Amino acid sequence: MGKEKETTMTEKKNSARKSTAVRLWKYLKPHRIFVLLSLLMAAVTVAGTLYLPILMGDAIDCIMGEGQVDFAVIQSILLLGVLTAVVTGLAQWIMNICNNRITFHVTRDIRNHAIEKIEILPLKYVDGHSYGDVVSRVIADVDQFADGLLMGFTQFFTGVITILGTLGFMFSIHVWIALLVVCLTPISLFVARFIASHTYSMFRLQSETRGEETALVEEMIEGQKVVKAFGYEYTAQERFDEINGRLRDCSLQATFYSSLTNPCTRFVNSIVYASVALSGALTALSGGLSVGQLTVLLSYANQYTKPFNEISGVVTELQNAFACAARIFELIDEEPQTPEPADAQTLTDVEGNVALSHVHFSYQPDRKLIEDFNLQVEKGQRVAIVGPTGCGKTTIINLLMRFYDVNAGSIQVDGDDIRHLTRHSLRDAYGMVLQDTWLKTGTVRENITLGNDSYTDEEIIRAAKEAHSYSFIKKMPKGLDTWITEDGAGMSQGQKQLLCITRVMLHVPAMLILDEATSSIDTRTEQKIQNALAKLMEGRTSFIVAHRLSTIQNADIILVMKDGHIIEKGNHEQLLAQNGFYTELYNSQFANI
Amino acid sequence: MKMILHFMRDYKKESILAPLFKMLEATLELLVPLVVASIIDEGIYHDSRRHIFLMCLVLFGLALIGLLFSITAQYFAAKSAVGAATAMRSRLFRHILSFGYTEMDQTGSSTLITRMTSDINQVQNGINMVLRLFLRSPFIVFGAMVMAFTIDVQAALIFVVTIPLLSLVVFTVMGVTKPMYKKVQGALDTILNITRENLTGVRVIRAFNREESEKEAFFEGNDRLTALQKFAGMISGLTNPLTLVIINLAIIVLIHTGAVRVNAGSLSQGEVVALYNYLSQILVELIKFANLIVTITKALASVNRVQDVFAIKPAMQEGQVGFSAQAESMRRDSGKRSVRNDARDTDAGKKENRKITNVSPAVEFNDVSFRYNEGGEAAISGISFTAAPGETIGIIGGTGAGKSTLVNLIPRFYDAEKGQVSLFGRDIREYTFRELRKMVSVVPQKAQLFAGTIRSNLMMGVPDATEEELEEALAVSQSKEFVDKKEGGLDAYVEQGGRNLSGGQKQRLTLARALLKKAPVLIMDDSASALDYATDARLRTAIANLKHQPTVFIVAQRASSLMHADKIIVLDDGKIAGMGSHEQLLATCSIYREIYETQFKKEA
Repeated sequence: MGKEKETTMTEKKNSARKSTAVRLWKYLKPHRIFVLLSLLMAAVTVAGTLYLPILMGDAIDCIMGEGQVDFAVIQSILLLGVLTAVVTGLAQWIMNICNNRITFHVTRDIRNHAIEKIEILPLKYVDGHSYGDVVSRVIADVDQFADGLLMGFTQFFTGVITILGTLGFMFSIHVWIALLVVCLTPISLFVARFIASHTYSMFRLQSETRGEETALVEEMIEGQKVVKAFGYEYTAQERFDEINGRLRDCSLQATFYSSLTNPCTRFVNSIVYASVALSGALTALSGGLSVGQLTVLLSYANQYTKPFNEISGVVTELQNAFACAARIFELIDEEPQTPEPADAQTLTDVEGNVALSHVHFSYQPDRKLIEDFNLQVEKGQRVAIVGPTGCGKTTIINLLMRFYDVNAGSIQVDGDDIRHLTRHSLRDAYGMVLQDTWLKTGTVRENITLGNDSYTDEEIIRAAKEAHSYSFIKKMPKGLDTWITEDGAGMSQGQKQLLCITRVMLHVPAMLILDEATSSIDTRTEQKIQNALAKLMEGRTSFIVAHRLSTIQNADIILVMKDGHIIEKGNHEQLLAQNGFYTELYNSQFANI
Repeated sequence: MKMILHFMRDYKKESILAPLFKMLEATLELLVPLVVASIIDEGIYHDSRRHIFLMCLVLFGLALIGLLFSITAQYFAAKSAVGAATAMRSRLFRHILSFGYTEMDQTGSSTLITRMTSDINQVQNGINMVLRLFLRSPFIVFGAMVMAFTIDVQAALIFVVTIPLLSLVVFTVMGVTKPMYKKVQGALDTILNITRENLTGVRVIRAFNREESEKEAFFEGNDRLTALQKFAGMISGLTNPLTLVIINLAIIVLIHTGAVRVNAGSLSQGEVVALYNYLSQILVELIKFANLIVTITKALASVNRVQDVFAIKPAMQEGQVGFSAQAESMRRDSGKRSVRNDARDTDAGKKENRKITNVSPAVEFNDVSFRYNEGGEAAISGISFTAAPGETIGIIGGTGAGKSTLVNLIPRFYDAEKGQVSLFGRDIREYTFRELRKMVSVVPQKAQLFAGTIRSNLMMGVPDATEEELEEALAVSQSKEFVDKKEGGLDAYVEQGGRNLSGGQKQRLTLARALLKKAPVLIMDDSASALDYATDARLRTAIANLKHQPTVFIVAQRASSLMHADKIIVLDDGKIAGMGSHEQLLATCSIYREIYETQFKKEA
């Protein structure tokens, strides 16, 4: 299986590489004027840098010896030199600016497309992929790609043009010496490639070991409090030092052997240089070359080999950049959630009649979860979902909010299949509080309004008071404008939950979804919030997930779930009368008192 | 800087030899223009084929020796850089592990992780580059100048003017762009954060239809980033063109001066070529140097970031008292106690330390206050209570009342700001950390497991636990059933962070991990919240019947979880609002009554 996978992988890789190039061109197209300008400026720069040594060589040829200096010619040559130098410098700067512009605009566009895609990715993708991986595609991969692209633009083109230009000039000066250089320089490429291929495995080992170390560091630092509590520091340090020692050894190897490239190619260059000096001087001796021309050839020999070394570096960098681009395109190409039909209706004046008819759903095809489920919820009814830990209570919420689509059957709100409604209006009809108290980096106010500026301070404070969050918000250093970080450092779990409830209090939706909304709040505050929530729920269809049964006893419909299935359905009294799983759950609550 | 030198201390030899060999190599390179000059002046003008061959042989020889020197330098540089970084990593890891809860709260784990990993890698690259090139480039630049002086003083003066001018350009650009790159990094952090939040908060963002405003925020941040990148790129893109112009202008001046000097007979043509070559060498070196600067700037930023972590000193002073003997006796003692309770009195007094354990309370708080941030509000204040060995203490109270804070002071995760916390009659600050952690076992609020097996997770605190002890801990924590169902049982694989386990399973395993230690004090910080009532009830019974009869602290939201406790402490806004048994509190404490009634109203 592994091998089969491998071959299809390489096939995929090849076609992917091709399509990556096509995709890249699409991103470059809007900037084609700058690409052209950049190429033009690169040509000017190279021409200038190559022309300058020729000018200098000519000037040197005018300095034959004592009393044999032609000042008139020298001065005109040097004047031309000044002009060339300034023009070249300017061209190079413009080229740099163009390259920067192209690169950073392309990466900006790619990133914008990525976030647009993230906003419409199906929840299935988001739930199924590690956040770190997606983030590193959008951030690190794009960065790496930008580096490669920039390097490609600045060095690859100039490099190629320099090589071609130098060759041209050298051939114009002396054919045989030029040929000699052409024959010798590939050696440095071979050397570079030889070293690269032999260090590849060392680098792999290094990055593997590094990964191992990072994993340990991540775990130990993230769990540092536990590590401390159990006195595990000593063992942790031992484990770390063992990996660290291995890392040192393979890192030394990788670093050293890869660093041989530079001296080795430089050595080849020096040999080329010596050969040019030898053949050039001998030719000059027989009068086939002037001293000035020899100087030019020597300086060309220096310049000619340099881009070769650079290009081999750039090629690896570009390969890397392509790989990164492929990863980000993979994300951008990801199948989005089912698009809304063109005639999608907007849900307005929500009554709150919700119907689930013959709903089938499962996260994985081979593990059936919800089968042929029917439920009729009238306007203003309260539906509670209960069951032991991990029984799939939140699945219902995923379906109601259309985070996931049903596999078969349908869900209707006020008689409309929710797939025929705009997501925006459907979700707008619900107010949702989740067990997972998600806060974003920003002020308390931003966390309550979620960036919606249309709320006044009075409205926010009213909502906060209703949610009983105002008393602690007030105590925070800057009140509503206090800055909180993503994990809400400094706030207790319960306080975070209160903030999330404030959101709903502010929004006042047509229907409510409460997923263990008060699980981390102490019972006294909970009681107060329950009152507020109860008031909110009056006349509103609501769905409540809870494991504290006391909070849901007066629900109109209670769904009892176990292992992903709905096993009982009815109100409190009916369910107790059934003497089934619900009764068991209910009684266990009061056991041992 | 000082820190880097500290870590390179063990690689003194390598750190000196690497640049030394680099310079030797550079010296050889500096000789090349002289050799070429000699080819022109001696060889071509004096028609000496032999001289040309000889000099080219010298060129070849210089290249070969240069290669050897260079390889030697690379080796020493790599060894020193890798070695110093390895030492730094190990030391930093140790340093971070020494952090108390206070330090961890202040710094946050994610930034510590990047500093441990990518920052030190940057430093390693930086050291390597500095040893290899940073000295070489200035050496070539100044060496070229010195060589120029040996050829012709007047012409060399051009070098004296050019080099400071070039340095000015390079360092100005570096100085101007450095803060810009910092801003770029900051802008990148912003969009990284937005991306992350759009994944972690995907449900909330979609439920509240905030996709558009999130996108806008991202676009805005992205535009800012692009603008900063372009601007920084424009400035740093000036280095190479400016260098090129300056050097070429210098060459032009040089040739002109050379022409005058040659005309006057004080300089030869070959010498002008040599001077010209020196200037060209400077150009090549400076371009390399400019590219290097980015690496160095990044490395320096990383050095600072690493240094910042080293600068954080754990505020806690470790005590001296080892408690092993006492702890052991406690373990044995409590074990015995359950078996033959009545025999305790005769045992008492036989040993000094045993007397202490029996007379003094297991845990005692004496007017304890604590605040998380200086100047912030007190999390708890004026807390006093005692807990006798074997007692169960319940702690209940509202959200943010200070329940976790209180129990976190017992294993000295934080130091009390005022007052005293004692364990078995001794101030906890007198114990060594190691002994303290042996005495107190904690089940934290957040169920955190580590990659490995269930067994390796359980044995974190007790590396020498026996199979029976493991089984017992599993049984008490109510995890036996699901662990047995797992493939491999105790040796079932646990993914990083325990991702492959449910919340309730994780919680029970963290409990088992704590139980295995058989510490005389067990703290459960709301650690049964993910368990359903039935499991929670079974768990409570099992803990009450533990053989080693620890002093148990239970923090809970539900009154049902702790109403059986010997003593319940009711916290309100950081203060004790009531203390006593369930019945006493129901009679006297209005807050407790309220909590109880909200939960059992239907029954009452």
